[in-house]
Amino acid sequence: MDRFLQHLLNALMLGGTYALLGIGLTMIFGIMRVVNFTHGELYTFGAYMVFFFAMTLSTNFFLALVFAMVLGVALGAAIEFVLLRPLRGASIDTTMLIMIGAWIALQNSEQLVWTGVAKSVIHPFPAEPVVLGPLSVSWIRIFVFCVAILLIVGAHLLIHRTRLGKAMRSTFQDRETAALMGVNINAIQTATFALGSGLAAAAGALLGPVFVLVPSMGDMAALKSFAIVILGGLGSFKGATLGGFMLALVEEMGAGYISSGYRDAMGFLIIIVVLIFRPTGLFARAERIG
Amino acid sequence: MKTLIKSTGFALAAAAALGLSGTAGASEAIKIGVTQPLTGPVAASGNYVVQGAKIAESFLNESGGILGHKVELIVEDNKSNPKEAVATAEKLIVRDKVPVLMGAWSSTYTLAVMPKLIEYGVPMVVETSSSGKITTSGNPWIFRISPTSAMEAKSFGTKVDQFGIKKADFLVVNNDWGRGAASAFSAMLKSKGISVGVVETMDAKAQDLSAQLAKIKASGGDTLFVTTGVEQITLVLKQAKEQRVTHRVITTGGSSSPDQLIAQAGAAAEGSYHLLFFAPWFPEAAPNPDVAKKFVDEWNKRGHNFAGLTEGFRGHDGIMTIAAGIEAAGKAEPDAIRQALWGVKVDGVNGDISFIKQGPAGKESGQNVPNVYIVTIKDGKVALP
Repeated sequence: MDRFLQHLLNALMLGGTYALLGIGLTMIFGIMRVVNFTHGELYTFGAYMVFFFAMTLSTNFFLALVFAMVLGVALGAAIEFVLLRPLRGASIDTTMLIMIGAWIALQNSEQLVWTGVAKSVIHPFPAEPVVLGPLSVSWIRIFVFCVAILLIVGAHLLIHRTRLGKAMRSTFQDRETAALMGVNINAIQTATFALGSGLAAAAGALLGPVFVLVPSMGDMAALKSFAIVILGGLGSFKGATLGGFMLALVEEMGAGYISSGYRDAMGFLIIIVVLIFRPTGLFARAERIG
Repeated sequence: MKTLIKSTGFALAAAAALGLSGTAGASEAIKIGVTQPLTGPVAASGNYVVQGAKIAESFLNESGGILGHKVELIVEDNKSNPKEAVATAEKLIVRDKVPVLMGAWSSTYTLAVMPKLIEYGVPMVVETSSSGKITTSGNPWIFRISPTSAMEAKSFGTKVDQFGIKKADFLVVNNDWGRGAASAFSAMLKSKGISVGVVETMDAKAQDLSAQLAKIKASGGDTLFVTTGVEQITLVLKQAKEQRVTHRVITTGGSSSPDQLIAQAGAAAEGSYHLLFFAPWFPEAAPNPDVAKKFVDEWNKRGHNFAGLTEGFRGHDGIMTIAAGIEAAGKAEPDAIRQALWGVKVDGVNGDISFIKQGPAGKESGQNVPNVYIVTIKDGKVALP
């Protein structure tokens, strides 16, 4: 029973960041119809930026997190502006190839700048874990979970309660009509890609100090994000949030009670089951964002 | 049209000139092919091995090369991927026409390359891989200087009593290396009457190991054997502390770079034990102290990361073994080198290198019997236990 509760707690902590990763990817796909292969690299970028500010420049840790997220948003905007804007109206294959190229280029740049040797970010939280009876969890993970939840709620409010969010949702529903109603489609697309990328960078910035930093760390993050988005339904905010927690739970319990060798297969097994019964994912509906 | 013909003519002439100088160069330098993971999840280790190999290349050339020829390493990146390992080996053999290879770090990459060695008839010195299968599958082109997991387990077995282990658990990377180590070490422990609890695996790229650690914590063992690269060992140590796993951690496989663990896992690395094949903190204690010291000095002179020495020496010893093989063969031809490698005696950084036969009769592979060291991390420093 103790072990079950520990697995449950681990899944909850992990699920927060999975959800963050999923939301970023699902927004970009939902609104822009772009399969964003650079998502994992934005995650890596966020982590290395925290390293750069907190360790190389000795900036305050929390400030470093903020800088990393802001720079993630900026990098996202830059990718949209330079690579995707000229491709508007191009076929999905062309865009996909460009994004795969950007993914490889970004990963190799990270290796060039930071080398293959793993890096660690020292965080100001105590090394001793919080002990709750038979359970234990580290302070940094609690912090990461809380910030992830705040960011998820923030993104939700932005999409549902602001003018920008309304413009995003209308673009999602019908791009041409939204344009006719005076929505600046170009600006919305840049904002969407920047926001989605910012969420990935935030996930990387938060998890970097928990794990170690290697240039290929984004591959696994990207794979999980795609799994979460497919599980929750392409373009669904709620689906990505719940999908994130669900994937974490399935992985944790699968590794704990069935076989750790198949930990990553568990996630894909559940996707197969979901897709058999709900081919569009758990929450995909006609009006997907929101 | 005229210009086109002209420029084509020029290009042809240039290509011919390049081709000529290419063959001229080949007759001067003896090429050695190296395939290592320079990018991807185990890139750090692969780069260290190449740095060590380049030091050996310089040492050889400073002392006049091999058979009066300069030595030239041709290094290819196998991208931490078995498919790429095969592609790099094929490229080195077919395009660069190297007579001998060194590689490919992970057992999985080495096993993938092995059929190509038979196909083209080119020997390979294996510097890191430890899966037993490599030398027992009947590939006569394989010469391994690193220990098998079984050798490592046997060597550790002579010292196991001082650890007072009652029940051991395993957390290993889910590939030939990790699973091979888990089976070799659990066989050794069982033969000593020590019980084995859970054997957990992790994907080579996995960062969150909380599920595995929760299960290990519940198993009630006192010692956890970990086999994986230094990046993942860091994660295991950090997350074990978070989950209050009280096992004593012992890493196997020699890729733990303890200095990197001290820097990155901090207090979580305290009290862990590491099996290594070179202890650069104590070069004077090596079987060939002069060789070890010369190598460590050159490594430091080049400004390489000290933590990489426990990996880097493999590159040095591998290239020195190949050089001795070519020297003994008297020519840089694959089959002559293969035959000569059986007789080499090399003073390596790890110790004396020579090959015994392993695998099915008639197509044995060469296997060296290397030295194994145990170090521990005490008060933030590497110490002998």
